[in-house]
Amino acid sequence: MSFHAQIRFGTGLSPAHPPASRDEMLARLAGPDQIAAAFPQEGYAARAERALEFVAARRDLTQGEAEAALSERLSREMREDNFRQMALTLARGVASPDGLRERLTWFWADHFTTVRRSAAMRGAITGYVEDAIRPHVAGRFGDMLASAVLHPAMVLYLDQDRSVGPNSPAGLRTGLSLNENLAREVLELHTLGVDAGYSQRDVREMAELLTGIGIRQRRELIFRPGHAEPGAETVFGATYGGARSADLSEIRAALHDLALRPETARHICGKLADYFISDTPDPGLIDTMAAAWDDTGGAFLPVLDTMLSHPAAWADVPGRVKRPFHFITSALRALGTPPDQIANASRQRVNTRLNLPLIAMGQRWQGAAGPDGYFDDDREWIRPQTLAARIGWAMLTASEMPRPPDPRDFVVTALGDTASPDLRRAAARAETRAEGVGIVLAAPEFQRS
Amino acid sequence: MPAITRRQMLALGCSAAASPLITPVAFASLPTDHRLVVIILRGAMDGLDVVQPYGDPALARLRPGFDIGPDAGARDLDGFFALHPGLRDLWPLWQAGELGFAHAVSTPYRNARSHFDGQDLLEAGTGPGADARDGWLNRLVQTIPGATRETALAVGRDEALILRGSAPTSDWSPAARLLLSPATSDLLAAVYHDDPLFQATFDEAQFLSGLLHGDFSEAEGDGMMAGMQDAMAGAGQAEAVNVIADFAAERLRAEARIASFSIGGWDTHRSQQGGLTRALGHLSTAILRLRAGLGPDWSQTTVLAMTEFGRTAAENGSGGTDHGTGSALIMAGGAVRGGMVLGDWPGLEEAALFDRRDLMPTRDIRAYAGWAMAGLFGTDRGALEGQVFPGLDLGADPGLLR
Repeated sequence: MSFHAQIRFGTGLSPAHPPASRDEMLARLAGPDQIAAAFPQEGYAARAERALEFVAARRDLTQGEAEAALSERLSREMREDNFRQMALTLARGVASPDGLRERLTWFWADHFTTVRRSAAMRGAITGYVEDAIRPHVAGRFGDMLASAVLHPAMVLYLDQDRSVGPNSPAGLRTGLSLNENLAREVLELHTLGVDAGYSQRDVREMAELLTGIGIRQRRELIFRPGHAEPGAETVFGATYGGARSADLSEIRAALHDLALRPETARHICGKLADYFISDTPDPGLIDTMAAAWDDTGGAFLPVLDTMLSHPAAWADVPGRVKRPFHFITSALRALGTPPDQIANASRQRVNTRLNLPLIAMGQRWQGAAGPDGYFDDDREWIRPQTLAARIGWAMLTASEMPRPPDPRDFVVTALGDTASPDLRRAAARAETRAEGVGIVLAAPEFQRS
Repeated sequence: MPAITRRQMLALGCSAAASPLITPVAFASLPTDHRLVVIILRGAMDGLDVVQPYGDPALARLRPGFDIGPDAGARDLDGFFALHPGLRDLWPLWQAGELGFAHAVSTPYRNARSHFDGQDLLEAGTGPGADARDGWLNRLVQTIPGATRETALAVGRDEALILRGSAPTSDWSPAARLLLSPATSDLLAAVYHDDPLFQATFDEAQFLSGLLHGDFSEAEGDGMMAGMQDAMAGAGQAEAVNVIADFAAERLRAEARIASFSIGGWDTHRSQQGGLTRALGHLSTAILRLRAGLGPDWSQTTVLAMTEFGRTAAENGSGGTDHGTGSALIMAGGAVRGGMVLGDWPGLEEAALFDRRDLMPTRDIRAYAGWAMAGLFGTDRGALEGQVFPGLDLGADPGLLR
């Protein structure tokens, strides 16, 4: 086998963990989420409340030097608090023997991207991922879909709280109308995919179906029957609502059905294969995964088992370029950086060694450009200035180690038998240990998975 | 450094001109001699203060605390408009007919007044709700026959939505650095040799870094690591505008024909006088450095400085202005027919204002950009209205180029 399961499907090799086999990886994913317990992160409600407290405290300040200093301190505390969550996310990936779970959490957080542009609420996104995404990565797609789409973070991000049924009591009273944003993205991005053949009419009916969803105090989902469009809605051939008074159950039923559609299965399986294996995934692989999806009602474990069992998963072709957060995680893992040191790093250190480098590498933390998540093209990740940042980070990180490992050993620690002879030679010839280690981290074999 | 092979180039899906190693070929096949620079003014520039309609009696009433018109230090432009003193360094350009303005312009963005959404729409170049995931300069590049990856360049760390899209484009931040000893550089070149994506990108990074920072063969040890720390820290800081403009000019003299970068600092909710003067100073510096750096090519150059929306017609309670709608477009360059303030003036009486508070836009800012592209690159009207700015009616030619 030319690729380690842990490189392709996990967060990389580590001197602290013996490399896991395919079966071990799947068994760990099916088991309890131990690393989340070891490095706990707050949920959305707590983080949103804290963010709003910061904002309210700052807003109440009147003009003046003392108030300005206090405002500055609150901003700093808020940033510090957000950096802490960033560091915890990194520590989990570095520490975990169950790296597939981390990769899947990153994947699904990106698939169900939410972006908050206010610095305060941006800090709540880790809570959204913790509540709505992570508990479902070894479960079923339908459950994750409902928990993400009906989460306050998503509802706020895609304006669903502003959408009012034009013929609802509220719509008739105020003249407010539909906002199709969430409805469109559910069909286009979250489930069926843009090529599935749904129409603008489906989007509109979906938007009508979603009316009534609202948010209380930015952190609690509610249903407002007076905002819901009356009558039945037909989305992609299935009809919901109508007879009874509107409530969330019809919306849940529609999401459940969308999750089981074969178009959704192909869209999501294709995206998984693209993320883990190749940006030109084997069509046979996607067929097999989609068949497992159809057979099991969108259960992730059988779908992932199918993917990891397929020969195409192990084809000897260059893997996908690691996204910057993945690269940094796998590098610190290979270097044996103690996870506690990461989790407890100072704000300054998280900023200069993680936050700013992520920006320089083109992956601003929780800063995707839109609901479609980060770019998904290796050529977008490897651009001149972002490659320079990756190389710079690799060299700097290696140079800061009190005693860098011998590069001839490190190339095996980091890459097993996947390093090319050229890389082994280069590592052995480097002028210093640190430069040798930096070269290994900057090499294509390490930059790809 | 190993030479890139034809096979690797093909594998990359790039034309031959994509590599700096073979720039002579690229020079031979440049699609145009004209240059377009788009500067995004992030934060909402107050067009009413930059190009002051002092001849409109409502202005002084709306802004009693502001310095307005020639009597307060602005330069009279045409008896009606006056130029904010923060742009005084550009006065020679106005006199030479290389500086002009279009007033009461905006994107189709209305009413919500969010910087981010407004900037997204300005860079996407679409109407609201179109949900474009690429930018209008990228769609322009798609219409230019013979365009290569080097034809269009984004300068700076900002994620340049305006250049994002399916046409290959280039980008570099002067804050980015590749600091490697010659030995390490050679070893990395060997390691990248068989991976076309990494190989070509590493070459280009070395080339671009070398243009800015010279040969780093002297840099060693601690100095090199300090430089890398600076490069990382640079990701979080505003980059110096003179460095950005110099780099853009250098690339525009070589293969680039389209460049874009951003200047921030326009969100003047408080003490506008100082803040706006500072931001205008940065814009002046950028334009003057482009002019100096482009040398003889300045005569073929058009610079468009555009902002996401304007600011309230009235001053607010803290010596500033709040988010508004209509603003002004700043045009500079040897290719510009300057010395004029273009546009239909809507007036500032309350009934003439948008929402009774903002300067009413009388023309879509994209129409000016569209006519500039038609003049510079011969882009036809169908492509401009269908592809670059889908759904836009270009209207009549305002005659902004020479």
